[in-house]
Amino acid sequence: MKYLKFTISLLVTAIVFYGLNTKFGSVPPIGKFLNPVSGIWQNEKDESINGNVAINGLKDKVTVHYDEQLIPHIFAENESDLYRAQGYITAKHRLWQMEFQTFAAAGRLSEIIGEAALNYDRRQRRLGMGFGAEQAIEKIKEDPETMAFLEAYAEGVNSYINELQPKDIPVEYKLLDYTPETWSVKKTALLLMYMTKDLAGSDNDLEYTNALRIFGKERFDLLYPDFFDEIDPIIPKNTDWSYIDVPMTEAPASELPLDTISKTLDKPHPDNGSNNWAISGQKSYSGNPILANDPHLGLNLPSIWFVMQLSTPTHNTFGATLPGALGIISGFNKHIAWGETNATRDVLDWYKIEFQDENHIQYKYDNEWRTAHLRIEEIKIKDKAPFIDSVRYTHHGPVTYDKNFMGDNKLAGYAMKWSGHIGGNNQRTFLELNRGKNYDDYVNALKHYTAPAQNFVFASTEGDIAIWVQGKLPNKWKGQGKFLMDGSNPQHDWQGFIPQEYNAHTKNPERGFVSSANQHPVDESYPFYVFNDGYETYRNRVINDFFNSRDTFSIQDFRDLQNNNYNLKAAELLPYIYNTMDTSSLTEEELQIFNEIKSWNFYNDIEELGPSIWSAWWGTLHSLLWDEYKVDDVALKTPYDYQTVHMLKTKGDDAFMDIMVTPETETARDLFLISFKKAANTLMAWKTENGSYNWNAYKATYVGHLLQGLPAFSRFNLPIGGGRNIVNATKKNHGASWRMIVEMSNPPTALGIYPGGQSGNPGSKYYDNFIDDWAAGNYHTLNYMQSDSGTDAIIGTQTLISD
Amino acid sequence: MNTNILNFIVTLILALVFSVFLPWWSVMLAAFVSAVLFSLKGLKVFLIPFLAVFLFWTGYAFVLSNNNNFTLAKKIAILLPLDGNPYILILVTGIVGGFAAGMAGIFGKQCRVLVKK
Repeated sequence: MKYLKFTISLLVTAIVFYGLNTKFGSVPPIGKFLNPVSGIWQNEKDESINGNVAINGLKDKVTVHYDEQLIPHIFAENESDLYRAQGYITAKHRLWQMEFQTFAAAGRLSEIIGEAALNYDRRQRRLGMGFGAEQAIEKIKEDPETMAFLEAYAEGVNSYINELQPKDIPVEYKLLDYTPETWSVKKTALLLMYMTKDLAGSDNDLEYTNALRIFGKERFDLLYPDFFDEIDPIIPKNTDWSYIDVPMTEAPASELPLDTISKTLDKPHPDNGSNNWAISGQKSYSGNPILANDPHLGLNLPSIWFVMQLSTPTHNTFGATLPGALGIISGFNKHIAWGETNATRDVLDWYKIEFQDENHIQYKYDNEWRTAHLRIEEIKIKDKAPFIDSVRYTHHGPVTYDKNFMGDNKLAGYAMKWSGHIGGNNQRTFLELNRGKNYDDYVNALKHYTAPAQNFVFASTEGDIAIWVQGKLPNKWKGQGKFLMDGSNPQHDWQGFIPQEYNAHTKNPERGFVSSANQHPVDESYPFYVFNDGYETYRNRVINDFFNSRDTFSIQDFRDLQNNNYNLKAAELLPYIYNTMDTSSLTEEELQIFNEIKSWNFYNDIEELGPSIWSAWWGTLHSLLWDEYKVDDVALKTPYDYQTVHMLKTKGDDAFMDIMVTPETETARDLFLISFKKAANTLMAWKTENGSYNWNAYKATYVGHLLQGLPAFSRFNLPIGGGRNIVNATKKNHGASWRMIVEMSNPPTALGIYPGGQSGNPGSKYYDNFIDDWAAGNYHTLNYMQSDSGTDAIIGTQTLISD
Repeated sequence: MNTNILNFIVTLILALVFSVFLPWWSVMLAAFVSAVLFSLKGLKVFLIPFLAVFLFWTGYAFVLSNNNNFTLAKKIAILLPLDGNPYILILVTGIVGGFAAGMAGIFGKQCRVLVKK
């Protein structure tokens, strides 16, 4: 009996231990997780920001003051110490995020999350994210100074990881039951690849190929023009390009492969973009240039940005950093300010690869067989055997689609050519901007910058303003890279790059301001081929109209513009609809909704009903108009909104207007009515379920935790207006991820805010404390400290000393 | 001092001491050792170590969380899900620790029975 009791109690104890020490599905190991000595209860606090910390490798003492927003102000004696401290301090507040993003970039999420992430990881490997990071490191090795700072940064991160007690590791590690690994320069390169994919990883070549085959060239050119009938480019129209006297690349007379592609990889968020602008002293209320930047990205917690001041005796820089990368990315120092928007240039092309046989070892090129080398990708999976996915690399780049991945042709594949694989030393650009003093320093800094191509806005205390469209941009023949190309034809290769000095730019333009909002960089007069790969057409015009409307502007005007909710797209279509749509058949309820939108002033403010009605209506109208695109097993991309509106207004009886499933032949007028009735139905159903469909409730903006938007760590129903194609580009889960306004006084004064908080710890009050002010359109004054002598605005000071 | 109180105090002290250098299962070890040293009877074999660790874990969790306005506890109580109520989370924490200790106590008692004949 006693043996039985012993055995049973032993077994039960073992089961209890195992049960509480093991992660089951998404349930964390509950004993480990909940125990107050080393579990999550230890994360129930703000980070300590006082006292002395010993850090390996420091040459001198580093002082870190924290202001009331938990922004660290780092004062180091030299740059090596500065970047070491940046690594340490960033890790202290954002370690889990830094690591998670680089795991995502590398296609290693399966190691943390398990098999659910396998498809995501495979896509990352197929896109050559690791390959691109390695290429970048090779390039950076040519620059020992940058490499040394990257290593100092990595060692700073590792100093923090090494001093971490198990009880202090961030909550997410405890939730997913794993521990941080060593940081390395490669991880920084991977983070930059993550940004490159987000901003320059989108293209529609394969979708366009399908559209060209289905609709023919004439229709294609109508649907996807390189330039719309009205554009307002970044570099003002009528700029004199006569100094560009190099010969352009000749278009070859060869055929393009018109394959049918059934499905393509998921694309980055189509709205990834930004606004930036700067006004000259003449246009400024104070005589000082003023600069603004607001990057539009997914709204996540912890935020993509971490704000810091980075100071040495020779430079003093302030602004938004990317956790994992060196220096300030969007910010200012005593002399200059800068910020970026995405240049949206077509730097990703696809080539059809013809293999010799099913082994995929040799591929055809210039009538010979070349070897495609193999890169073995081993994807480790939590609690399972690893998955091996081997990717063939041609001289173009990785064969992303083949018989093993989304392809069905045993002898063919599609290889990608991407500026993300070229290898660039982008860090150098930011290091030089951080210590830049004038326009020449800014121009020299940009020369190192490869991808993702950005529009770098600039202003200086000397009174200059400028904008450069910078990236390593292929010099294409007309039409190159719009469609799938022939990978065996040398003439289809990228023939070279646009010489850096000919990248489009403008300095101190006559109009007194520079701006960009992801629109066309130039008009047709620019000699190099620029293809419309999804340029924005609304925010840019609102911004430029604003700065053309008056002589001088104040900081308040800048704030108002960043928060401007004017919906130009609606304003360009709705009046036309009101004039043409037959409303006689509307029911009483429909008529009420119609009157609601008719009384709307086209501002996407939170209390308005109009934006919700517009949103539902536009979505339905778009879907009815482009019903021709709902073809099974063919990947297609519908035309851009500008052209959609243009066609509705000018080609109302085009064959595309017809709804294919009905016997009648519809025109644009019919579509307006049918889509309105459908949308009205949707809205009435929505109202029954959720109450008023004011824009606040209907849009329901949220900032989601990086881990699949875990509701517990996210913030929902934020009262903020704006929307797609609006200067305040805040959509449901995407929008202004950082807002900055800098006046180039001496020293500069600046405002900044982002939807998050400085701490990555959900247990800290600094985790999400900026969100309410951000939603309300408020800003925080950035406390630009001129020396390390403490002021009363400091809530804590940490001194980092050599170990 | 009666064995019940003695076992309770020893479990509590051992749990505190072991937790300094051992992971969460230190509370199981504490209850096991205490059960071997101070034999309890009937339901108390489970209940006494349960109460000792329940007190330890809820008390400590409460102090940590109360000092921080229950910021994280409210979020974890959504995650688990416990209706966002931090007090229920504290209670669950105590029950988890207490239950593990109680089972280890039963096992300790059975070991003692086996060895002492």
